[in-house]
Amino acid sequence: MDCDRIDSILESYGYDHSAIISIMQDVQGIENYIPEEALRYISEKMELNLARIFDIATFYKAFSLEPRGRHTIKLCCGTACHLGGAAQNLDQLKRTLRIEEGGTTEDRLFSLETVNCLGTCALAPVVVVEEDYYDSVKPGSLGKILSTYSSDSED
Amino acid sequence: MERITSIADLEDLRNSIFAKRDPAMISIRLCNTGCRARKSVKVFESLEQEIREQGLERKVAVKRTGCQGFCEMGPVMVVEPENIFYCRVKPKDVAEIVAETVQAGNVVERLLWKDPDSGEPVVHERDIPYYKKQQKNISNSTGRIDPTEIEEYIAVGGYSALSKVLSTMQPAEVVDTVVASGLRGRGGGGFPTGLKWRLCAAAPGDVKYIIANGDEGDPGAFMDRSLMEGDPHSIIEGMIIGAYAIGAGQGFIYVREEYPIAIEHLSIAIRQAEECGLLGNNILGTGLNFSININKGAGAFVCGEETALMISIEGRSGTPRSRPPYPAIEGLFGKPSVLNNVESFGNITQILLNGADWYAGIGTVGSKGTKIFSLVGKVNNTGLVEVEMGTTLREIIFDIGGGIRNNRNFKAVQTGGPSGGCIPISKIDMPVDYDSLREAGAIMGSGGMIVMDETSCMVDVARYFLNFLLFESCGKCVPCREGMQQMHEILTNICEGRGEESDFDLLTELANFMTTSSLCGLGGTAGNPALSTIRYFRHEYEDHIHEKKCRAGVCKNLFTYAIDEELCNGCTLCAVKCPEEAVSGIKKEPHTIDTEKCIKCGICFSSCKQKAVVAV
Repeated sequence: MDCDRIDSILESYGYDHSAIISIMQDVQGIENYIPEEALRYISEKMELNLARIFDIATFYKAFSLEPRGRHTIKLCCGTACHLGGAAQNLDQLKRTLRIEEGGTTEDRLFSLETVNCLGTCALAPVVVVEEDYYDSVKPGSLGKILSTYSSDSED
Repeated sequence: MERITSIADLEDLRNSIFAKRDPAMISIRLCNTGCRARKSVKVFESLEQEIREQGLERKVAVKRTGCQGFCEMGPVMVVEPENIFYCRVKPKDVAEIVAETVQAGNVVERLLWKDPDSGEPVVHERDIPYYKKQQKNISNSTGRIDPTEIEEYIAVGGYSALSKVLSTMQPAEVVDTVVASGLRGRGGGGFPTGLKWRLCAAAPGDVKYIIANGDEGDPGAFMDRSLMEGDPHSIIEGMIIGAYAIGAGQGFIYVREEYPIAIEHLSIAIRQAEECGLLGNNILGTGLNFSININKGAGAFVCGEETALMISIEGRSGTPRSRPPYPAIEGLFGKPSVLNNVESFGNITQILLNGADWYAGIGTVGSKGTKIFSLVGKVNNTGLVEVEMGTTLREIIFDIGGGIRNNRNFKAVQTGGPSGGCIPISKIDMPVDYDSLREAGAIMGSGGMIVMDETSCMVDVARYFLNFLLFESCGKCVPCREGMQQMHEILTNICEGRGEESDFDLLTELANFMTTSSLCGLGGTAGNPALSTIRYFRHEYEDHIHEKKCRAGVCKNLFTYAIDEELCNGCTLCAVKCPEEAVSGIKKEPHTIDTEKCIKCGICFSSCKQKAVVAV
């Protein structure tokens, strides 16, 4: 946990209690998840009840209290994607990666997440790995997409 | 940029922007927001490089715009002033575009949009039916200007509604104009925007807030995203006018985290407006003080509900509270607050600029103006369309949308997201407005329009929305939390082959109970997808319940994959790709599927080029 960076985030929001969600988003940005000790640290520094912070961390889907994999796969489950076969794509990803939604592979290479809608409905069904968008995805094309990221695991 | 200290200064600036422009300059508009998902950034980089290498910097300018609407054809590009429309542009096409169109003035025919019926290419953007039949008022600048440059917005008349308001109108007149325009909220409920403003303006208190709701949560809707990304200043201008009308000193824009480009473009726009003196203290030298903060959502659908959204801005978990007191009296931080959808703010500038009468002259009796819809699903031309209220579903889906994909048949169109409903073919000539949609058992919602064909299962659609809301219910009130759980379980049973005739009554009873007793709109409308599909597609439920068949081939327990011997040419692709080795056959002979081994992953179905794999 990088206390200095957390301190400077808290500083930039002036320890304002109403900014707690933004603060936690920024803290999550450091390691792509929020470790428990970071929650405790924020609570102490801001003099804000830990229960409230934990409530926020578990209420909002964007927060993760577990470390994520190197590449985050976001499978869009919006209506257009659902009609286009998102559920079959999800099943295929779960089978291939041997994880459930929200899970991370044993080698910490991939995390699998579902999102409600990415607003790219015209390109459905959509899968996003890191920042790369893949449109009109079919169950059969997922292997190729994943291999792009598996092969660069050494760099 | 220099600070603008008076209304006259703003007009001077506008004139100086025009004076600086070279009318002979060729301008290439390239979508840099929605089309990014189709690698438009790479096209942009190649274009810049090619122009540099050819030494054409003084002859042609590349403009990175917001969404141009025709997402299906992305990345899209328009060469101005000739208005030549190129689609599905790849980096390798760039050299030819520069050599042929920019330098020689010729059209590159292979990149033009082609009419699917006649095969005839169409050169100009304005002649393509998809654009021709739209009426772009609110989304007109999106796709035409670079949203990261305030000068671009000012050049197309931006902030002139604000200067008109600040120089010639009293706050009460602004409110009256918005009331008279008949504008109804574009976020879903359709409550008259002007009445919200009037209530809040009259509420006692010195501190008031104005909030733009950019938490576009309805799956299948992305018009707010495109406005925030493509024309952020129009939202800011609408908010400043609103702040003046109700007496607010602080504004908030709540944007969902899933829209990083929207957050980026809004942040840039706010910073530029502050630097120009269009936000902050003493705006345009008129004494008006107003600033705007951006709040990022954190992945909670319920925060699109106004009270939940305000609680989220306050830094808590966003669970709705009961109303009254209404936010106009007691809202954010307990102060009178107005919350409008971002598209509503986009309408405000137009109304103030052109007058309430102009606006009220567009649309139907109860629904004024134009509305942006996101036309997606099994339709040929997917993307954003803006049409006059009262345009029929047929005009939107068939004339603009180009009909159903792959020559299949229209089954239904779903509007209004998880709170909406599915409308069948019998209502295809229905005018689209708030009241007609409600009568048909759907709602306008934020404007998502998801088209379905015979491969869409209506029971599955109802289950999908319930499943969506089940995870998004905040759990505060019992009818929503428990009712949804039960409805979802019943629908899952039907989809998995355990449905019973009595399920119809149970579903209807639960849905009606939730409507009358839930705390907020999420639970209150959650039954709509189930009710509307039972109303119009009862026979599909009956097939699932009695015949144990899903004829659309969606519900896994209720169909099997088979190979049509007539169509199969024995290419072996399905056998090679099948992860379970369930497909067998000799090369160039029809194959067969072992249904015992088949896990219905759909790989064979989606990869067969002969369409020989069928769901039975």
